[in-house]
Amino acid sequence: MSDFAGNQTVIEVVYLVASALFILSLRWMSSPSTARRGVRAGELGMVLAIAGTLLHHGIVDYKWIVIALVLGTGIGIPLGRVQMTAVPQRTALSHAFGACCVTLVGAAEFYLRTPNVPPFMMAVLSMEVILGSLTFTGSLMAAGKLQEILPQRPLTYRGQNVVNLSLLGVSIALAAYLVVHPGASHLFPLMAGIPLVFGILMVIPIGGADMPTVISLLNSYAGLSAAAMGFVLDSKLLIIAGALDGSSGFILSVIMSKAMNRSFTNVIFGAFGQVQPSAAAGQEAKNVRSATAEEAASILSAANQVVIVPGYGMAVAQAQHKVRELYDALSRRGVQVRFAIHPVAGRMPGHMNVLLAEADIPYDKLMDMEDINGDFVQTDVALVIGANDVTNPAARNDSTSPIYGMPILDVDKARTVMVIKRGMSPGFAGIDNPLYYSDRTLMLFGDAKSFVGNIVRELGGGGQN
Amino acid sequence: MSSSLINGLFIFMLAGFIGFEVIRRVSPLLHTPLMSLTNALDAIAVVGAILIVGEHKSTLSTVLGVVAVIAATSNVVGGFLITDRMLKMFKTSRPAKP
Repeated sequence: MSDFAGNQTVIEVVYLVASALFILSLRWMSSPSTARRGVRAGELGMVLAIAGTLLHHGIVDYKWIVIALVLGTGIGIPLGRVQMTAVPQRTALSHAFGACCVTLVGAAEFYLRTPNVPPFMMAVLSMEVILGSLTFTGSLMAAGKLQEILPQRPLTYRGQNVVNLSLLGVSIALAAYLVVHPGASHLFPLMAGIPLVFGILMVIPIGGADMPTVISLLNSYAGLSAAAMGFVLDSKLLIIAGALDGSSGFILSVIMSKAMNRSFTNVIFGAFGQVQPSAAAGQEAKNVRSATAEEAASILSAANQVVIVPGYGMAVAQAQHKVRELYDALSRRGVQVRFAIHPVAGRMPGHMNVLLAEADIPYDKLMDMEDINGDFVQTDVALVIGANDVTNPAARNDSTSPIYGMPILDVDKARTVMVIKRGMSPGFAGIDNPLYYSDRTLMLFGDAKSFVGNIVRELGGGGQN
Repeated sequence: MSSSLINGLFIFMLAGFIGFEVIRRVSPLLHTPLMSLTNALDAIAVVGAILIVGEHKSTLSTVLGVVAVIAATSNVVGGFLITDRMLKMFKTSRPAKP
């Protein structure tokens, strides 16, 4: 018996060390120079925690644990090797897996304990299962939309919010009943199943442009459900990890919502981007100026300060490596080139930075919106590649615009603006962009990758400098 | 309410504040690796699932536990792998200090 108690103390100490390592791991993520040390700390904490758990005296059978660990590793390795453009859907999928684990453990705990579940225990267990279920299907939906298996356009119907909220209400009412009558195990599948439907319905009306907020929010839910699981299992380590993940997701959702000038409730309850009947009317009267790659190259090589504004369209066109060649060619000529990154460029927080880092663009040239917006006035050329709504000056000066108030990159203040675009189609939000009709703006029509490649060729092959 | 639940609430509150302060300092540059790292750390839920499988109290709980361990392990392995792959790509244009 004393041997068991000694074992138990060792496990608790190992968990304590793992918790400290997890906090340090996030602490070291604050700067790129220490971030990889953060990953090592996290890995060490995880290995310690799993090894400590295997010492637990209650474990009578190791066979299935080993099989499951091996299978999980087999699934995890390919998921760790996806392309950088696919990181958002991979992240959504891993939220789904995390939520799946939490929900299944919650269900197992319930069936092992019923009918003897104390009220507070049943309450957190219900929270764990409800949050886990809705995060599971919600994240699968988000992953499907990001992978473009499912339509990215928001799908809405009348009374959507009423239906969704009543479903969630029914599930919470069932949870409340189970708190009072924990023996009513026939109700448990219903309580766990309804949030599965809610998760699907919650993400259906959300469009592609809102994905960064949704992913962050689902991240937060996944963390909170894991923390709830920590309460059920009385595991301090799990409570800590869940609280860290929950607050991380929460902070990122707040940043994303602010970057789009929307509230949480607005993202979840107000489908974006389907109301555009009026904008098409006045279009034919406006003129745009266009330019060739040769003209663009000569303007760029005469500039001192160039700011490149990449958007998700750049990643879709796989143009980031050509953009790096452009960066190299201009830097060689003594042009100062920087990149302006809007917080919602890409499909998840920080996605654009990863895509540019992958193309070997040094991270000290990647500027946040607040740091670069004041510099556009002194910028000779702002080159917009595959970005649209985040450069739309209507967000600043047209109070009737659906994106009015959204913080944007002030590219229209640069001396010359060049926009690489396939055609004049509107962006994700379906809103026309007055930037394109400005007399400072040159439109460069074509595929981002080949157009940037042409500019690079002009810059390299000029020979008369 | 038992004292262990109260203890749990204190820990949750403190860890929430620590998370808030630590994560606020993460540069937007690293928000994607941050999310994949927290995802991997969150998969510590695997320890709960391992116990359920190992204790082997009923067939149902063991089956649920095995699926849970598989799901969480794939997050642990995939999450750390991709975070490190991403961070490896971040380079500065300034020469490295000797």
